[in-house]
Amino acid sequence: MPKVTVDGQEIEVPDGATVLQACELAGKEIPRFCYHERLSIAGNCRMCLVEVKPGPPKPQASCALPATEGQEIRTDSEMVKKAREGVMEFLLINHPLDCPICDQGGECDLQDQSVAYGRGGSRYHENKRAVTEKYMGPLIKTVMTRCIHCTRCVRFSEEIAGVDEIGALYRGESMQITTYLEHAAKHEMSANVIDLCPVGALTSRPYAFEARPWELKKTLSIDVSDAIGANIRLDSRGREVLRALPRINDDVNEEWISDKARYQVDGLTRRRLDKVWIRKNGKLQAASWEEAFKKVAAVKPGNSIAAIAGDLLDCETMYAAKALLKAMGSDLLEGRQTGMDYDVSSLAAVNFNSTLAGIETADAILIVGSHVRWEAPLVNVRLRKAVKRGAKVFIVGPEWETTFPATFLGNDLSVLSQLPPEVLDAFAEAQSPAVILGGAALAKGALSAGLSLVERLGLVKENWNGFNVLHFSASRMGGLMLGYAQKGGMADIVGATPKVVLALGADEVDYTQFADSLKVYIGHHGDKGAHAADVILPAASYAEKDGTYVNTEGRVQFAEKAVFAPGDAREDWTILRALADAFGVSVGFDSFTQLQSAMIAEVPALGQEGLANYGVLPKAKATKLSGTIDAYPIRDFYLTNPVARASTVMQKCSAELLHGSELAEAAE
Amino acid sequence: MLADKDRIFTNLYGFQSWHLDAARARGDWDNTKDILAKGQDAIIDEIKASGLRGRGGAGFPTGMKWSFMPKESKDGRPSFLVINADESEPGSCKDREIIRHDPHKLIEGALVAGYAMRARAAYIYIRGEYIREAEVLFAAVQEAYDAGLLGKNAAGSGYDFDVFVHRGAGAYICGEETAMIESLEGKKGQPRLKPPFPAGAGLYGCPTTVNNVESIAVAPTIMRRGASWFSGFGRENNKGTKLFQISGHVEKPCVVEEAMSIPFSELIEKHCGGIRGGKDNLLAVIPGGSSVPLVPADQIWDAPMDFDGLKEVGSGLGTAAVIVMDKSTDIVRAISRLSHFYKHESCGQCTPCREGTGWMWRVMKRLETGDAAVEEIDMLQQVTKQVEGHTICALGDAAAWPIQGLIRHFRPEIERRIAAAGNMAEAAE
Repeated sequence: MPKVTVDGQEIEVPDGATVLQACELAGKEIPRFCYHERLSIAGNCRMCLVEVKPGPPKPQASCALPATEGQEIRTDSEMVKKAREGVMEFLLINHPLDCPICDQGGECDLQDQSVAYGRGGSRYHENKRAVTEKYMGPLIKTVMTRCIHCTRCVRFSEEIAGVDEIGALYRGESMQITTYLEHAAKHEMSANVIDLCPVGALTSRPYAFEARPWELKKTLSIDVSDAIGANIRLDSRGREVLRALPRINDDVNEEWISDKARYQVDGLTRRRLDKVWIRKNGKLQAASWEEAFKKVAAVKPGNSIAAIAGDLLDCETMYAAKALLKAMGSDLLEGRQTGMDYDVSSLAAVNFNSTLAGIETADAILIVGSHVRWEAPLVNVRLRKAVKRGAKVFIVGPEWETTFPATFLGNDLSVLSQLPPEVLDAFAEAQSPAVILGGAALAKGALSAGLSLVERLGLVKENWNGFNVLHFSASRMGGLMLGYAQKGGMADIVGATPKVVLALGADEVDYTQFADSLKVYIGHHGDKGAHAADVILPAASYAEKDGTYVNTEGRVQFAEKAVFAPGDAREDWTILRALADAFGVSVGFDSFTQLQSAMIAEVPALGQEGLANYGVLPKAKATKLSGTIDAYPIRDFYLTNPVARASTVMQKCSAELLHGSELAEAAE
Repeated sequence: MLADKDRIFTNLYGFQSWHLDAARARGDWDNTKDILAKGQDAIIDEIKASGLRGRGGAGFPTGMKWSFMPKESKDGRPSFLVINADESEPGSCKDREIIRHDPHKLIEGALVAGYAMRARAAYIYIRGEYIREAEVLFAAVQEAYDAGLLGKNAAGSGYDFDVFVHRGAGAYICGEETAMIESLEGKKGQPRLKPPFPAGAGLYGCPTTVNNVESIAVAPTIMRRGASWFSGFGRENNKGTKLFQISGHVEKPCVVEEAMSIPFSELIEKHCGGIRGGKDNLLAVIPGGSSVPLVPADQIWDAPMDFDGLKEVGSGLGTAAVIVMDKSTDIVRAISRLSHFYKHESCGQCTPCREGTGWMWRVMKRLETGDAAVEEIDMLQQVTKQVEGHTICALGDAAAWPIQGLIRHFRPEIERRIAAAGNMAEAAE
C-alpha cells in the first residue's frame, strides 16, 4: 500500500493503483477521454496529465503511471493547467463547431471538459479537417469529423466484445476510425460503443435528432429482453420511451447492455393493443371493457381456468393471476410456453448458481445446449473474461461463432455420460469448474444428467457452486418462484382442457391446443397471442408498470414505471382485479401495495432486492441420456419477444445483420 | 584526423566485396568464439568501459542498456535483441552504408550483443525503402547460417542464436523502439506507453533491447581491440569513433568515420572539401539529423561534434547527420519542409502530436511567404511548447525542436518576410 501525496494531501492507495486512481481517491477530478475503467489503458488522449515528482520535468499521463511510494503528485500546478489547456486546444482545433446539431450535446465529455479545462478561445485559424462518414450498421450513426481518436470503441470491440470489427486506418492527422471495409458492426453488444464514445462521433442512429438529454425523464428499470435482468435507465418524454441506457451494476451487467435491450424500445409504440377486442363471428371487433368482462364471465368456468405467463412478465402480474385462479379454485399455472417440463422441485437446480459475476472466475466451463451469445450476450462477455483469465470452455450443441477459444464436443447429448479426456483433465485441474445448461438442453430432458455432473466433476466446493441453468425469459425465475410450473409442463394444462385460458402476454404458445377454450389475451402487443385470442384485454408493457423481476441467477430486482400505457390499456394487475369482480370472487387486494404485500407474504424472497436463497442442490437421479441438440431455441437474436418483433429497428437489424447475405443473394 | 588503422568500418565505401570471405579477410568473424568465451558479464563490462553511447540518436550508454536485461528467465520467457535498421531520419544514411558494404559487422555484432544480453534471437528491422540493402542483408545472413556462424552452436560457441531480417513498410515512426516492436508483432506501428520498458516486456511481451545498427556493428571490434582503444577517441563522456554523414552545401558530401568530438570545422575542411562558397557562405547547420534544432554558422564552427558539445550550442548530436546550409538556403522553407515531414509521419495515436504537427506545419507554410501576423511567431513557439514533452514518444519533441531552433536564431528573418508581405502594417493597426 504505497503512500503518495496529492496536492499536499497524503493518502494511502491500493497496490497496483495508477496515479489517476490515486488522484481520484484524494477527491481530485482528473479529466480524461481515452481512459475507461473497463478497457485497457491507451494513454493517447493526454488529457489526464499531472505533475509527478520524482520523474522527468514534464507532465505525465496519470492513467498509465503506476502510483509508487513517496510520489508527490500535483493536479493544480501551473504546469498541469497549461498542459490541459494545450491538449484541449489541440483536441478542438479539428473538432467541428456543430454542437447545436450534435446528438451528444448535453452529455458530451468534450463539451464539459472544454468548459472546465480549456482556454477561452481558439488560436487556430487554418481550415479544419473533414473526415468521410463511415457506415457502421443500422444502430451506430457516425460523424467521424467529430472523432478525437480516443480508441475506446476499438478497444471495446477487441477486448470486451471479442470481435475485431472496429480499427484505425492511416496515420497522423489522417487517422480514421472505421469498421473493416465499412461492414456494419454485427456484434450483439455493438451499440455500447455509443455510450463509450466521449464525443458525438458515434451516436445512436435510431435516436438521432430525437431529444436533448435535459428534456428526458429518467426512470430506473430492468431489461426484459433476456433473463439477465440488465439494469437500464429508460429515458422518456411525454408518453414515449425514447431510449434505454445501461446503468452500472457490477453484479449484473457491469455497464453494458445488449443491442436488443437498448433498441427494442421503439417497439413499445408500435403494434400496441390499445383497445379491447372481442372475436365475433371469427373476427376481432373493438368492444368495451364491460362487454369483454361479461363475455368472459358468461363462460362460468368455475375451477376450469388456466393462466399462461409470457416471457416479459413481472412477478406482480403473475401473482395477481395466481390469486385470481386460487379464488376460482384452480392452480393451472404454467410459464414454460414451449412445453418444457423439467423438474422444478428444487429451484437451486434450475438457477444460475455461480452468479453472473462469479462465472468469470470459473476456470473450466462446460456449456450444454446454449447459444450464449444470443441467449445471454452479457454472460458471453463474462465467459470471454473467464477465458482471458485462462479458463477452458467446452460446448455441447451445434456450433456457433464464439468470441473466445472454445471446443465443440458435437451435438450428441450422450457425451455427458462419457466426457472426453481433455474435458475431464481440464475439470480435474480446475479450482472453480462450472457447467451451464441452456434451454436446448432442458428441452431434451438434460437437467438430471446435468445434475449428475455436479458430483462427477466436483462442481460444488466451499464458496463455489458451479452448476448453472441459463434461462432466456425474463419472467422465468419469478414464475417458478410463484409456482408457474406443472409437473408435466404445458401438456398438463392442455390435458385439463380449461374452459378459460388467461394468456398473460404469452406469445410463444401453440394455441391450437386450446381450440375449445375461451382464450383471453392480456398483453400489450398484437402478436401471436393476440391473433389467437377470443378476447383481448390491453395491458401494460414493462416500461409502463412498476414490477419485480427475478433474473436467471435468482436476483430479485425492482423496475419503475416510466410512461403510461397507450389508449385504453391498463396495468395488468388492475385487469385481473376487475376480472375477479366479473367472476364474483375475491382476491384479497385492492391496490398495488396490497398486492405486493400479499405476494411477499407468500414468497418472502420477492420482497428483498438481491439474490434469493434456493437452498442446496438436490441429489441427481441416475438417468441415461440420449438424443441430440439439433438447434437452439432462438432462431433470430433480434426478434425474440413481441416488443422486439414490433420494433422497426430490430426488424432492420435482423434483416441486415442476420439475413443480409441472404437478401443480397436474393437480389442477384 | 582518424588514422586508417583505427577505422572500424574498413569497407564503408564498398571498394571491396561485402561477402563473407571478403569480410573475413577484413577481420570480421575472426574467432568470434573467443569473444563469446569471455562470458556475458565480461562483454557487457567491456562495452561499458569503452564508453560507447547509443548511435541511434538518444546517446544512452549501450553497455548499461544491455545490463538491464534479465540474467536468467524466471518464467521461461526468452529475451530478444531488436536491431533498428529503420533509418528514416532525414539526413541519416550511415546504417545504409554499413548494411550495403559491411553487413557481416552487423551480423557478428548481433551475435556478440545477443549473447551478452542472453537473447534467443535478433530481429533486424530494416527500412522498407532499403530494397537493395535488404537483399544484401538477407544474403549475408544466409551466408552466416551456411558457414555455421548463426543458428545452432553459433560460430562454434555452443550458443544457439538466430537472426531474422524483417522489412518495414516505410513508416518513420517504426524507428521508435516500441513502435518497432508493435510493427514486428504485425500491428499498426504506434509507440507503446512506457513503463513497462522493453527490457521488462518488449517483443511478444518478452524482455527486449532495441539497438541501433551502428551500436551493434561496432561491438565486435571493441571486443577485439579493447575498451581502452575505443575510449581513446573523443572527450570524456563522448568516447569512440562515429560515422558522420555530411550532406547539403559542402563541396563533397560524404559518410565518414571520425573520432568523436572532432571540431565541426575540421570535419568539413578535411573530409568535405569545405563549405560551398567558403566559410563565410555558411548560414546554419543541423548537426544531428532533422530532429535537432539548427545551429547558426558562428556558433557551430568551432563546436566539438559530440553529445555534450552540441548540447551546449542548444542542439544535439542525434545520429550525426550533419545537414549544412549555405546562404542560398531559404531557411524558413527548409524548416517548413521538415515540419511537413513530421506532420506526415506522426502516427496519430496521441493528441498533441496528431493535431499539433499539422497546425505547426500550416503556420510554417504561411511563414515561408510571410503570410502571417507577427504575433503568430510567438503563438507558434507556444504551440511547439504545448507539443514538446506532452506526447507518448519523442516524435512530438522532434517536430517541435527544429521550429524552436528556427525561431531562436532566425526570428528577424521571419519578421522581415512578414513585413515584406505587407502584413506588419495590418498587425500594427
